Amino acid sequence: MTESVAEIGVPHAAHEVSELSASYEIGKLGMWIFLAGETMLFGGLMGVFTLVAFSRGGWGSDGAHVNWRLAGINTIILFTSSMTASLAQGAARGGDLARVRRYLSASGLLGVLFLVVKAFEYAGDVREGFTPLAGLFWNFYYLMTGLHVLHLFAGVVVFFGMLLWVKPQNAGSWLERKLKYACLYWYFVEVVWVFLYALVYLSPSVQ
Amino acid sequence: MLGWLPADVSTFGPNIDSMLKLIFYVVGMAFVLTEGTLLAFIILYRRRKGGRASFVRGESFRELAWVLIPVLIVIFLDVMIDVKAKAIWELVKEQNPPAGVTVKLEALQFGWEFTYPGPDGQFGTHDLVQTTTLTVPAGQVIRLIMGSKDVIHSFYVPQLRLRQDAVPGREIPVWFEATQPGKYEIACSQLCGISHFAMKGILRVLTPEDYQQWVSQHWPKSASATSKRALSARTSGPGKEG
Amino acid sequence: MAETKPEAAHHGEAHAAPTNFWWKYIFSVDHKVIGKQYLFLGLFMGFIGVGLSFIFRWQLAWPGTAVPGWGKVTAPQYYELVTMHGTIMVFFVAMPILLGAFGNFVVPLMVGARDMAFPRLNMSSFWTVFVASVILLISFFVPNGASRAGWTNYVPLSDAPRYTAGVYWGGNLWLIAVATDFASVLMGGINILTTAIAMRAPGMTIWRMPLLVWQEMVASVLFMLSVGPLIVGVVMLLLDRMVGTGFFLPEKGADPLLWQHLFWFFGHPEVYVVAVPGLGIIQEILPVFGRKPIFGYRTLVWSAIAAGILSFMVWAHHMFLSGMDPKLAAPFSVTTIAISIPFAVMLFAMIATLWRAQITFATPMLFALGALANFILGGVTGIPLGSDGTDIYLHDTYFVIAHFHNTLVPTVVIAGFAGIYYWFPKMFGRMMNDALGKVHFVFTWIGFNMVFIPLFLIGIGGGQRRIFMSSVYTYYKPLQPLHVIATIGLLIILTGQIPFLINFFGSMIWGKLAGDNPWHANTLEWATSSPPPHENFEVIPTVVRGPYDYSVPGMEQDWAPQAGEPGVAAARA
Repeated sequence: MTESVAEIGVPHAAHEVSELSASYEIGKLGMWIFLAGETMLFGGLMGVFTLVAFSRGGWGSDGAHVNWRLAGINTIILFTSSMTASLAQGAARGGDLARVRRYLSASGLLGVLFLVVKAFEYAGDVREGFTPLAGLFWNFYYLMTGLHVLHLFAGVVVFFGMLLWVKPQNAGSWLERKLKYACLYWYFVEVVWVFLYALVYLSPSVQ
Repeated sequence: MLGWLPADVSTFGPNIDSMLKLIFYVVGMAFVLTEGTLLAFIILYRRRKGGRASFVRGESFRELAWVLIPVLIVIFLDVMIDVKAKAIWELVKEQNPPAGVTVKLEALQFGWEFTYPGPDGQFGTHDLVQTTTLTVPAGQVIRLIMGSKDVIHSFYVPQLRLRQDAVPGREIPVWFEATQPGKYEIACSQLCGISHFAMKGILRVLTPEDYQQWVSQHWPKSASATSKRALSARTSGPGKEG
Repeated sequence: MAETKPEAAHHGEAHAAPTNFWWKYIFSVDHKVIGKQYLFLGLFMGFIGVGLSFIFRWQLAWPGTAVPGWGKVTAPQYYELVTMHGTIMVFFVAMPILLGAFGNFVVPLMVGARDMAFPRLNMSSFWTVFVASVILLISFFVPNGASRAGWTNYVPLSDAPRYTAGVYWGGNLWLIAVATDFASVLMGGINILTTAIAMRAPGMTIWRMPLLVWQEMVASVLFMLSVGPLIVGVVMLLLDRMVGTGFFLPEKGADPLLWQHLFWFFGHPEVYVVAVPGLGIIQEILPVFGRKPIFGYRTLVWSAIAAGILSFMVWAHHMFLSGMDPKLAAPFSVTTIAISIPFAVMLFAMIATLWRAQITFATPMLFALGALANFILGGVTGIPLGSDGTDIYLHDTYFVIAHFHNTLVPTVVIAGFAGIYYWFPKMFGRMMNDALGKVHFVFTWIGFNMVFIPLFLIGIGGGQRRIFMSSVYTYYKPLQPLHVIATIGLLIILTGQIPFLINFFGSMIWGKLAGDNPWHANTLEWATSSPPPHENFEVIPTVVRGPYDYSVPGMEQDWAPQAGEPGVAAARA
């Protein structure tokens, strides 16, 4: 009797698979649906930020004091971490667990580095008097970057947690899939950052 | 049903009431037909011993026509309602007829504050500030410039068929023309706090003569000449309103 | 277990059923248990919500008198009651019951899956809404009580405690509870969508999925795409209240209308998030008790999708008079009137289902028909509200309240009861008592109309909403008897819930044994035992036909299970 495709996520021996939903990998589907919701969250926030900016005719001098240089460094850090994440995926496909661990750790550490740089950035802003309560622009700035930081932190935790799973008995499609979902999340965090950088750092300081 | 409507003393009141009537007849007819059909089917098609239901899937165009044609009628009626309602909305909310009297309204927790510019029509000169009661003449366009001192309130007079939210940080214009002198209640129509229900004002609509008297009472020096100017401002175009 | 750790770790629907009490009943990952947990929570919150309405409706009918079991109602209490009534009903009753209870219990069974795609996520989603409900209920007991700013929580009223006479933690906990509830529904949506897309039994093409599954999917997509901006708004408002930011304060340069846009951009799709599964329940029940196919299956699917898409374009019809640019009213009025079209299609198709049917009137069918009848009233009364010209007069009156109760109550409560009576046998293995059910229906349905038809009239008479004591206004005086009639209607509803409670709990113990398929229905949940075994089906069925093949010409039996031989019940190993 043909079993249901619920078994697809299970790394048993091959199952006879229904001719209909065979191509759906539930983990990937679930992750994409989750990210769709997250897109509305960040998109909503960015949309509100943009609309408020329009209605005020721009942020003017309020937005001129963002540390776009430090944030630019962070952008490079994040790009690199995505690259190492992708390399981790490649290593998993090749079955090289040592390299998987190395690249996974690299992404995690680069994520931590991002957070450290961000801490410096926040400290600098606060020292100059730009606290979260320093005006509507800074209200948004801390909210948007803070939300991103929380998401990034979660990604870092996932990467380090996954190190525990990089074991010989998990090698194969199971590990590849889990890595794929984690990396998908990480790339999302990076894409959000790119938009944030343009919206919160580059455009206000140009005005 | 529409017998429950309160008295109408507004120039655009009949427009709104007739629109309400049109919608209620159209929608009422649709309602009666739809519910009637539902009820008829429920009664007619109760299970009969040995009966068999008709295997109609509603997937052919012929069968779906029974649904789609009524829907086309609904669409036509919808469009008609939309077009007519738009005209009324534009009249009440988008047009800016020249006003005989302009008053500033400030809503607050929990009352109404009215600032009258006086017969010279300029704010900031001989303003009169009163609370709770808004005094206006009948038969003239009254313009209210609405603001709020704290939260969002809403100016509502049922007999004028008029309602508009008052938002802090904004100045929102509203106009009406009362057809009948009398005392009408102003109610707040947006939840504004625990005494929202008690935020009653009075719209006092006076005959032109009584209004004149009221004006001379409050602006005694400027009786006669300037007050006549204010009264004729309605025909002379914009410029006098604050 | 012979499986290695990671296999067992993610294979949440473990092959062996849990025996430990905590894993079996409390932290179960079984969608059937979780569905029942949602049902109990939703019903509990529903009784609280309707209890609140008992208190304020008593005050409205007999102002200043002592409400039995409560005492006299003060103005601050009144605003707390109406705020929490709306909040509880929409966020903590409607969604948990329609998406959490029915979505969870029925969807995997209907598609022929052994469980939801992510069982542990499912368990987390229930406990998240549980925590959210607890947080909301706690807000009643903090200093100055729960939120008083209306379930719509407009700013600036909700932004600073001084505007609500000192409510601080009540407002904060409101925001936290609602955001937590949203997180729970998002989690649930991931499961519903993934399961329906990826875990259907062999032979179940998307056009053979029962309509309820479609509606649960549409609802999940609508929720997921609309809630993000409001979560943003909730966080912003919470920061304003607790930290001192100025996202919504005019004195700090913000626009108070921003909250309304964020709230209603979500708020309007939200009412379809709850309406659409309710209609789906009706769409499941009509064919079974009419013994004929649903009329226009694909048309119903496309209409639901069309309504969902349009629902993102109508939100500002809640804001015609808000002070937004009046020129925006026309486009939103057009889209709002337009959204009546897919609903008209759906309603006409559902009525057409009854044409030349063989209707029997078991309790589920009574509730389904009652829901349909009232939803028609709710729908048509949306027209004068969606039309900008007449909304000037009707906005913020009792007409609005009567309109949305005539759409939400039929789809959430009346259709919800229909679903309970219909799937109770599958959930608990026993039948509910049909006579008690009919009594419940009569009291509930007649009581409901007795409440809300007078409220339409109050609205036409100019009676605005959220008024603690209407005697302040002389124009309200002739409307007062209508309030009395409405409250008596509520008392009738409440009385009618007594047979329901007796029936619901009593039947779990003493109900007649149901057997696999007491209703002779086609969908897959009826092709297994009642209640289903731990993994739903001993053998995953193979689907050979659509869900609504009733009274097929040439077939002796008037029903044809989706996975069975024509005319014969599906065999179970």
